[in-house]
Amino acid sequence: MERFVDPLVSKPSTLRVGSETIAFAVMVLGLVITPLFVYPLFLMQAMCFALFALAFNLLIGYVGLLSFGHALYFGWASYLSAHAAKVWGLTPELAILTGTLTAALCGLGAGFLAIRRQGIYFAMITLALAQMMYFFAVQAKFTGGEDGIQAVPRGHLFGLIDLRNDTAMYVVVLTIFLAGFLFIYRVIHSPFGEVLKAIRENETRAISLGYKTDRYKLVAFVLSATLAGVAGATKAVVLQLASLTDVNWPMSGEVVLMTLVGGLGTIFGPVVGAFVILAMQYKLAFMGEWVLVIQGAIFVVCVLLFRRGIVGELAGRLRIRL
Amino acid sequence: MFEVFGIPSTALFGQLLIGLINGSFYALLSLGLAVIFGMLNIINFTHGAQYMLGAVTAYLLLNYAGLGYWPALVIAPIVVGLLGILIERVFLRWIYRLDHLYGLLLTFGLALIIEGIGRNYLGTAGLPYTLPDSLRGGRNLGFMFLPNYRAWVIAASLLVCFGTWFIIERTRLGAYLRAATENPALVRAFGINVPRMITLTYGFGVALAAFAGVMAAPIYNVSPNMGSELIIVVFAVVVIGGMGSILGAIVSGFGLGVIEGLTKVFYPEASNTVIFVVMAIVLLVRPAGLFGRRT
Amino acid sequence: MRKILGSAALAVALACGGAHAQQIHVKVGVLTDMASLYADDTGIGSVIAAKLAAEDFMKTHPNVKVEVVSADHQNKADIGTNIANQWFDVDHVDMIADVPNSGVALAIAQVTAQKNKVFVASGPATSDLTGPKCTPNTVHWTYDTWMLANGTGKAIVKNGGDTWFFLTSDYAFGHALERDTAAVVTANGGKVLGAVRHPINTSDFSSFLLQAQASKAKIIGLANAGGDTINAIKQGAEFGIVAGGQKFAGLLVFAPDVAALGLKTAQGLMFTETWYWDLNDGSRDWTKRWAKERNAQGKVPSMNMAGVYAGTLHYLKAVAALGSAADGKAVVAEMKKIPTDDPLFGKGTVRIDGRVLHPAYLFEVKKPEESKYPGDFYHVRATIPADEAFRPLKDGHCPLASG
Repeated sequence: MERFVDPLVSKPSTLRVGSETIAFAVMVLGLVITPLFVYPLFLMQAMCFALFALAFNLLIGYVGLLSFGHALYFGWASYLSAHAAKVWGLTPELAILTGTLTAALCGLGAGFLAIRRQGIYFAMITLALAQMMYFFAVQAKFTGGEDGIQAVPRGHLFGLIDLRNDTAMYVVVLTIFLAGFLFIYRVIHSPFGEVLKAIRENETRAISLGYKTDRYKLVAFVLSATLAGVAGATKAVVLQLASLTDVNWPMSGEVVLMTLVGGLGTIFGPVVGAFVILAMQYKLAFMGEWVLVIQGAIFVVCVLLFRRGIVGELAGRLRIRL
Repeated sequence: MFEVFGIPSTALFGQLLIGLINGSFYALLSLGLAVIFGMLNIINFTHGAQYMLGAVTAYLLLNYAGLGYWPALVIAPIVVGLLGILIERVFLRWIYRLDHLYGLLLTFGLALIIEGIGRNYLGTAGLPYTLPDSLRGGRNLGFMFLPNYRAWVIAASLLVCFGTWFIIERTRLGAYLRAATENPALVRAFGINVPRMITLTYGFGVALAAFAGVMAAPIYNVSPNMGSELIIVVFAVVVIGGMGSILGAIVSGFGLGVIEGLTKVFYPEASNTVIFVVMAIVLLVRPAGLFGRRT
Repeated sequence: MRKILGSAALAVALACGGAHAQQIHVKVGVLTDMASLYADDTGIGSVIAAKLAAEDFMKTHPNVKVEVVSADHQNKADIGTNIANQWFDVDHVDMIADVPNSGVALAIAQVTAQKNKVFVASGPATSDLTGPKCTPNTVHWTYDTWMLANGTGKAIVKNGGDTWFFLTSDYAFGHALERDTAAVVTANGGKVLGAVRHPINTSDFSSFLLQAQASKAKIIGLANAGGDTINAIKQGAEFGIVAGGQKFAGLLVFAPDVAALGLKTAQGLMFTETWYWDLNDGSRDWTKRWAKERNAQGKVPSMNMAGVYAGTLHYLKAVAALGSAADGKAVVAEMKKIPTDDPLFGKGTVRIDGRVLHPAYLFEVKKPEESKYPGDFYHVRATIPADEAFRPLKDGHCPLASG
């Protein structure tokens, strides 16, 4: 049976360290230069989604758990962050922190329930729990129902730097994104990350080696939810709004799609996937009516023909790690 | 007349009955999912879309072929079932060797395609479909007014559910099916064409979804979105019941319909989350589901 | 290339000086829902309406060049915000029209105010746009939730429907709808016998319908929307609600909802709208032109599309009067100064809070046998004059009105 993550991608090679460092440098350089050509608001939003996909990938790519409910953490974090900035008047960094903590708590609760089952059941449970929290989001007063929360002030970072300036905001988002990226990279390559990969490959063996795999899975789940929360909370500040879209199930599907297109279990895949899918959504916004069908078709094509995704395919061809 | 928690008992009977009707749809859909899962080891995310296709086909039959409810009840499941067979042959059969999660992703993608096409051609507001004349009206049961159509829904779904259970658990064909799930190589050695059996099973599971769709058309809003919300609830039902047994899927479907129905009386605000709460409790107490085998 | 030509034309016009009136360029962006929940009400039909308005205006004002662009916000506030920002910053769009979906519209209103452009909101329902969240850059056309609830409630009580039971969608929007309607019902001498709150996207209403039936109220008010309203009415027919003498009042019902129910099921349903294609000769003529462009069998325009047309036309008049579209606040102020007048909504005014005041109508869905031709759906049961149709200025708490 073919594994969910192609082992070839994680096979060590002599070029290993070099290729990842070069790719990282290219990515940073790209993100510093592109605002000169591309609309910065779009890039900021794309970085938030990229971080979201990275967080999701931590779970699917390195523990082998497919969460179909990641909108929960992303969306609730953005609600709380928006609420904190607008109603409580917190500075942006504290608002983002509030959102992140919310996501972490939600992740702890949902993760505690979901890790009791594996595989398909895990996916269905995460989806069901996310749907439940979606209904709460609709009913709760502070979320504004369909109207959502608007006019969230970007405020002053640490009370000093005015984030209404797009350049300042861009630097903040870029910093958060890169910090998140490096953190995830660090986690994957830590001893903790090695245990996670062992669980992905063969959970029974990991248990027999004496690892409390449930505990590892829960920690990974909470980490993933928290980082998804950072992404959602940041997005609320950048776009100055929080809405039902971000907690509803299609958003959970979108993050799966981004990661799948970029390459499950690759380090750069989610970033590439997020930019590709988001760019596609905007391109389609001017063409009209077939967004859903095209997204579905991409799912089908990816699963049938292109399971390694863009980055996985590239890495496989060049026999390097990305 | 006596009262339970401030609700007259007669009203309670009425709500119980309504819950059972509601549960009919959950039972039919989770049954289809269980049948497909048993044979293909795939969670069919397209199930909601196929339920929608059943209802939409009934609408199309009425408006373009002049065929009413009763012919649609037969034709729509066949048409949608054939479409399911096509989907199995063209898409699904390539991924049986892969991790099960790929099946979930693939069928999710297919669901998006079907729903998207539906939205493009049929709009989103909904399509008119009325009750068949032969089932209009209703009777007063003393404790409630029971529309004839509801009585028919409950009878038909019970019949179909237990018919399916009988075929799978009590006939020779069912025995082959169950054996093929356990050990396909052995069954093939008996000279049985296993791939064809898989294809037909998928077609049958899909036809069940379409049947539920036609049943829903006269009372629920027929629109391209009608399946996607429902399928998530049905997933929760499946997690609660476990997909190990056909009977489990049926019983938990009806049972949760009743629980949801009662919630609508005592605390209507929570009636769309109650099934998820039950799911959480079941996961804490019996992680494998009420009828599930430990995986 | 077009931009170069455009500026060349502008340069020529400037060079000619007083000989010709100055050439004005206006770019209108229709931000709408092309494929999802509101696509039937707005979508491509709204784009056509905006183009018709541009066409009509350019005929009488040859010195104004109007360009119409469109995009799909996919019902996502962040996509809508991003498009609006790019339109204003990069593509030089001067005005955004339509925007169904209250969440997206409230976000667009903020962006428009920040960039000092104009937002003609003809698609969204929320009355907050001219209430606490009003801005000096927004004009709200066509309808809002307060007006629908109020119009329906008042007109029905006056017609004898004086006892009510509500089926209310359990979230902020449904609660507001129920509260506003209940207030107008009691104010006009009616009585509210009870209410039940259901979660959104409920498929089975039988339990709630039995409670409504048991209340013996003459009118069952549906304080919900879309699929919930449709499901409630459809199952109401099954439970013999209408046959038993009770009537449904839809507090947020649109033409596509009626089409989704079919006349057989929807007959007798009463609700408020501000425009109907078969209302008078002006609207019928316009519908013919619209249908020619739309080119789809049996489709008739919705009130939202009419709102896009009328709103765009009025906006262009204000721009022509000012001679420039650059200052959004000034254009909106001008829109509030000159009275509105168009073949669809007739004469009206734009109030200080951005609310456009025009008449509204109480409709009742016809019986199947009364419908003579495609799209022949409603009887007009009452006309609500412009000054009564909308929320009084003082109740909206719009900061513009107080200071």
